[in-house]
Amino acid sequence: MHAIQPAAHDSGQQHPLGVYLKIWLLLFVLSACSYLVDYFQLQSYLRWSLVLIFMLLKAGLIIAVFMHMRWERLALIYTILIPPLCLLVLIGIMFSESDYTHMHRQQYFTAPLHNEAPVHPR
Amino acid sequence: MTEIESQRIHAAVPEGWRGATHDWSADKQAYAVPWGKAMMWFFLLSDTFVFSCFLTSYMTVRSSTLTAWPNPSEVFALTIAGHSIPLVLIAIMTFVLISSSGTMALAVNYAYRRDRRRTVQLMAATALLGACFVGMQAFEWTKLILEGVRPWSNPFGAAQFGATFFMITGFHGLHVSAGVIYLAIVAAKVGRGRYEQSGDYSIVEIAGLYWHFVDLVWVFIFAFFYLW
Repeated sequence: MHAIQPAAHDSGQQHPLGVYLKIWLLLFVLSACSYLVDYFQLQSYLRWSLVLIFMLLKAGLIIAVFMHMRWERLALIYTILIPPLCLLVLIGIMFSESDYTHMHRQQYFTAPLHNEAPVHPR
Repeated sequence: MTEIESQRIHAAVPEGWRGATHDWSADKQAYAVPWGKAMMWFFLLSDTFVFSCFLTSYMTVRSSTLTAWPNPSEVFALTIAGHSIPLVLIAIMTFVLISSSGTMALAVNYAYRRDRRRTVQLMAATALLGACFVGMQAFEWTKLILEGVRPWSNPFGAAQFGATFFMITGFHGLHVSAGVIYLAIVAAKVGRGRYEQSGDYSIVEIAGLYWHFVDLVWVFIFAFFYLW
């Protein structure tokens, strides 16, 4: 017996079970594809681009469907999804920083070749 | 949010861009979702930054070492029946976590249908799968520690590997463990009929959001740490 009406905010929450089952299956397929990238020992740019593509597809499906984002209001979507874009700036900066560190470690912390003048750090 | 207020909000509310400006400029409530759901989203946003900081520092450390980084295919391989299979445990762990996300999504669906029995069963299945995941991660840690991986050195390659591995998977495993406990508590409350009178089962969806986040983080860890 349903004595009380479910609150109006529930009305947008229910979707046919089939949607979740299809996306679930798709996630398994994408996970298998990701694993195969390593199993077949793909290397370099092909490996990295496939790993990234499968990762982003899985993440997108989980956020949009399982976490219900694609049915939420735009205000909430923007509040949650835009701030993480700042992280791309952090990643860019740190990538450049680590490249700098690597170069300097190579220059100052590795033994000089015999016919080169030794480099003295200032 | 009361029945009347939510009805007024959903009555003639614009969608899209105009909807966004309408929501943000509203004088009483910005987000037309239950308070608990909005707060869980905000918490997950902050947790996204925490994990992103860890993964970014892992990237920084890995790309600045002169010593070669250990090969994950080899480090995380298991020998089954005499064959060394790369990343098999990690593949199983991913399978387990995706399965748990599926059972969680189904649980939320049944909760909104007010089918308490199915909801509790599915939440229990989710929690059990999560516990399996943590068990496997613990096994992985034990194996690596026995092989000599420490936060400060390891026999496989760059010395920083251990620190980043234990930090990232440790924080993730902690989140999974907390999620298992959280799900068990909510499932028990649903089972006892705690939400039957109000009819408001959004608590299951809120717990589901946390659980899907834990799976989401694993998707990124799997890609960047194990497959890269």
